[in-house]
Amino acid sequence: MQMSTDSPRTRSLKADLLERLPLLVLAPTVLAMFLYVVVFSLWTLWLSLSTSTILPDPSYGGFGEYVALWKSKRWTVAYQNLFLFGSLYVVGSLVVGTLLAVLIDQRVRFESFWRTVYLYPLAISFIVTGTVWRWIFHPQTGVELALQDMGWLSAQFDWITDRDMALYVVVITGIWHASGFAMALILAGLRSVDGDLVKAAQIDGASLFRTYRRVILPSIWPIFMAVAVVLLQFAVKTYDLVVALTQGGPGVSTTVPAIVVYDLMFQRGQIAQGSAAAVMILVALALVLIPYSLYTSWRRRSEAATHG
Amino acid sequence: MVDAQARIAFDPLSTGGRTRRLTSRTIVYLLLGLFSLYYMAPLVILFMNSMRPLDDIVRGGFIDTPQSLSLRYWKEAWGTFCIAGTCEGVSRFFMNSLLMAIPATVISTALGLVNGYVLSKWRFRGSDLMFGLITLGVFLPAQMTLLPWAYILGSLGLSNTIAGLVLIHTVQGLSFTTLFCRNYFVAIPDDLIKAARIDGAGFWRIFRRIILPLSPPIIIVTVIWQFTGIWNEFLFGTVFTSGANQPITSALVAFSGSGTGVRAYNVEAAAVIMAALPPLAIYVLGGKYFVRGLTEGAVK
Repeated sequence: MQMSTDSPRTRSLKADLLERLPLLVLAPTVLAMFLYVVVFSLWTLWLSLSTSTILPDPSYGGFGEYVALWKSKRWTVAYQNLFLFGSLYVVGSLVVGTLLAVLIDQRVRFESFWRTVYLYPLAISFIVTGTVWRWIFHPQTGVELALQDMGWLSAQFDWITDRDMALYVVVITGIWHASGFAMALILAGLRSVDGDLVKAAQIDGASLFRTYRRVILPSIWPIFMAVAVVLLQFAVKTYDLVVALTQGGPGVSTTVPAIVVYDLMFQRGQIAQGSAAAVMILVALALVLIPYSLYTSWRRRSEAATHG
Repeated sequence: MVDAQARIAFDPLSTGGRTRRLTSRTIVYLLLGLFSLYYMAPLVILFMNSMRPLDDIVRGGFIDTPQSLSLRYWKEAWGTFCIAGTCEGVSRFFMNSLLMAIPATVISTALGLVNGYVLSKWRFRGSDLMFGLITLGVFLPAQMTLLPWAYILGSLGLSNTIAGLVLIHTVQGLSFTTLFCRNYFVAIPDDLIKAARIDGAGFWRIFRRIILPLSPPIIIVTVIWQFTGIWNEFLFGTVFTSGANQPITSALVAFSGSGTGVRAYNVEAAAVIMAALPPLAIYVLGGKYFVRGLTEGAVK
């Protein structure tokens, strides 16, 4: 490259290369992401419309697998669970996270200690989380046994083995994992609120509770939206937490769509139906993300309009 | 001192009388304490039961005062316990996880830095569209990628290997690392880059001399995010590896199914701690920067 015989042609080639360097640097990632996002999605979509069973099979089979999927009890329960779990998990995490953030915002001592305690679950895997909480919730190893040993012989706490209550066990565990995340972001939001606004409210004689409810919390609601969307996304993808905690049981009471996908694809050899289920997870995700991205772009535009 | 005065002036609790102030303080700390019980309980239960004899756990359950404590279950969990057909404890799976998480974190972070640099400082026609495509990768559910990955790993001869998982996590992580780095670099003034270009600095020189020295905060955020995410990941590890090649998170679930007779809860608790320690350590060491990076991105 250092040769002195740079003819005009090679020089222009070099200049050309240099000019295109940014594109060349980005190219491998763009190619990989094109494969990952576009090709993989179309691939799975196509498998969901194929006649694949235990092995992928390219021949077109129509929408039959979607119909069969929605006719199966297990799938409808899983999809309902997704919405029930998702909403309780998001609302619960936001409520607990807000409460913790407001408490920490009271100029408490050892703030970083409290923050670490509430946030550390985020670093722990769902498998570890689910395993420990299963021990805590299981009647033979956890709270129920401990209460009985303390002398309360009729104590009963068997939600995890109760069809009607097991999903709430998943919710409680999920909130344990995610509320610290909500707390961290909401606390940062509280700190960004204009101090004069708070002072003005207090001079008007508003109580602490009222100040938060009427002045401080409403002014950071975009943060609540952002946290809710991130958590909803987690909820739609929930898999390992349920595997470690209840394995979808008792019965199918805590089954979620991701578990059905895995079973259909790798346990039951129904690749087409498993792919159809995966596509439905993507649909659920789109139901969350598309309105949100429309909303944020609308907000950005209206902000630009008022500022301009 | 001045600062303290100012803070008292802003203190929302400083309204009302002295006794009222004291009561509300007490309530605040009481609530904080109660909540920390909820958060700390699993960790305490894990550590305690990883050192209790098995018959003690079986009799009294996990929530009980221990009769005696010993570290031998940790040794067993690390070195000799049988999981998924191999009797080497979790040490082998722990190593698998390191061999998976470290290369995938390093490669995806390095690529993310360069990509973020291009997408923020060397934009060209179509680069915004490419950024959009890369961001979409953040949202794609893993279930949509399982069968294509199975085919690709198979045709590359990477089925049931750690290298295959490194590939998956690198590609999947690229969206996050590129997004993080790009959003961070956008805040670096363009004039700085322009001045360097006028001085004759090229693409790589500007990257090395200007961008990289400004990058440690975002590198910390990206590395923590990637390492903990990859270490904790379960689905890919379970689908694409088996037996002795599994990462530790997948092996833990196999653990529950192995062993005969009574489940060795104490050894299992020790193994669970070992699976949780690396991300926990990283979080405790770098969590401050992580939270700062996270919140700066969110509050914006």
